Amino acid sequence: MERKFVTLDADKCKGCITCMKRCPTEAIRVRGGKAKIIYERCIACGECIRCCPYHAKKPVYDPFEMIHAFKYKVALPPPTIYGQFNNLTDINYVLDGLLRIGFDDIYETARGGELLSQATRRLIADGKAVKKPIIGTKCPAVVELILLKFHNLKDNMLNLLAPAEISAKLAREKAVADTGLKPEEIGVFYITSCPAKVHSLSLSGFVDGVISFSEVYFKLINEMPKIAEPRELSKAGLTGLSWAVSGGEAAAIFGNICFAVDGLENVMEILKEIEDDKLMQTDFVELNACSGGCVGGVLNIENPYIAKAKINALKKYTPISKNDMDALGKPIEFFCNEKAYEVNEVMKLDDDRARAMSKLMQISEIYKHLAHLDCGICGAPSCKAFSEDVVLRGQELSTCIKFRLPDLHQNDG
Amino acid sequence: MSQDCIRLEFKVDSENFASAGSASESVKTQLKLLGIGSSDVRRVAIAMYEGEINMVIHADGGKATVEIYHDRVEIILADRGPGIADIALAMKEGYSTAPEDIRALGFGAGMGLPNMKKNSDEMRIESKLGIGTTIYMTVRLT
Repeated sequence: MERKFVTLDADKCKGCITCMKRCPTEAIRVRGGKAKIIYERCIACGECIRCCPYHAKKPVYDPFEMIHAFKYKVALPPPTIYGQFNNLTDINYVLDGLLRIGFDDIYETARGGELLSQATRRLIADGKAVKKPIIGTKCPAVVELILLKFHNLKDNMLNLLAPAEISAKLAREKAVADTGLKPEEIGVFYITSCPAKVHSLSLSGFVDGVISFSEVYFKLINEMPKIAEPRELSKAGLTGLSWAVSGGEAAAIFGNICFAVDGLENVMEILKEIEDDKLMQTDFVELNACSGGCVGGVLNIENPYIAKAKINALKKYTPISKNDMDALGKPIEFFCNEKAYEVNEVMKLDDDRARAMSKLMQISEIYKHLAHLDCGICGAPSCKAFSEDVVLRGQELSTCIKFRLPDLHQNDG
Repeated sequence: MSQDCIRLEFKVDSENFASAGSASESVKTQLKLLGIGSSDVRRVAIAMYEGEINMVIHADGGKATVEIYHDRVEIILADRGPGIADIALAMKEGYSTAPEDIRALGFGAGMGLPNMKKNSDEMRIESKLGIGTTIYMTVRLT
């Protein structure tokens, strides 16, 4: 699959520099009056979708209708969506609703979350875990960020599957056992509002499609009021539901020093600390690209703080966990991520070190002559990025405002 | 600028303790752009970070010069601080003369110089009491 996570509605884009300035990996340029994404650098965090004042950016989803191509359809709802409804008193309304809008079964990813928590604890107890501090890998935008900019931390990344992937594997197994159909006749669909998850799950091969939560939401709010008494469908406990909120994953490690960080800027600061060996005493770090964790996801309907409060209310009186890998008969290998993480070398100036050095010298030389305003008028997010564009991508030096307004700094006093 | 190396200079400012470590951060960014292997980047960053912190704690700051060659990184950290009375003693793990308030911040564990030695391939210290200290480090790139 190509690395294309976000699309642009060119008619709506005004060529303003809002998304370009906010992109955490400097993956956006404005060219010809329109925002242009450098996909090789994009980590699918969705920040540009969140901040665009004209709603010109959209994540790429699979269409809901594609579920009908399968004989038996299973929905994977993440716990985040339970926080998106008004006056929801019981998770089962959402799950029963999913069965009414076209799915034959559901498998909550909160269950995968609970199993992943247990698998992580077991890996640590058996001394088989990766280098400390262990970095949780449930947030695909963070995974992409590490592979793009923090190559040194590859060996700290937890080598287990994400909750949705574990749930997808188990959902398909269950559907085969329940129906007698072949695995390929079963459609497993993840429901999300997160562009990073769309990408990572589509690539994972565990699901047949990734559907937009907002599309499902409008179908659900029509069906849910018709349910008099929902069936008892939920099989997730407090641990699984907590995965929707920053801190839930870290808390379930039951380790000595485990903590959660959310918001990409904060995540980058912590990654720098880990890179410099400053967190050697820490056992586990949970990282969330979005503020507040997955409830802060870019296209969620509810405000993240309210969604968190709603999920907390739904968590009340649920058991700590309802899922157990031993009861399921699954060994630790079932949860392991068999694909090795591969670093993304796109930030490197050149494969040849001498040529890279010469490019870096040219970049520094050009940078010296710029206005250092980081104004973005040239269409690059910073003067540093502009210097790189001139040397590496043939950008015209004359597009810098300093060369167009020679008296730019004359009023500086 | 000579053709075979990239030379970077930083003023290590003691006024702003919170900014200590920013020179090492900047070098790290440049080395990553060059595609230097991540373990080498890490060694340079740690050696330099420790040196920077030392200059801020003991010498009211100083100057850091970094030269990136195709096969090595040379780091020169020069200060006009009090100088080191006994270099062999200063190199011992756990030995520190950092003041109490600095220790309260979690520094001064006596691991600065040993960590610099551990993360560089060559290290030389020139120090004169009352005049200052200059540390030369070489990190070879693989």
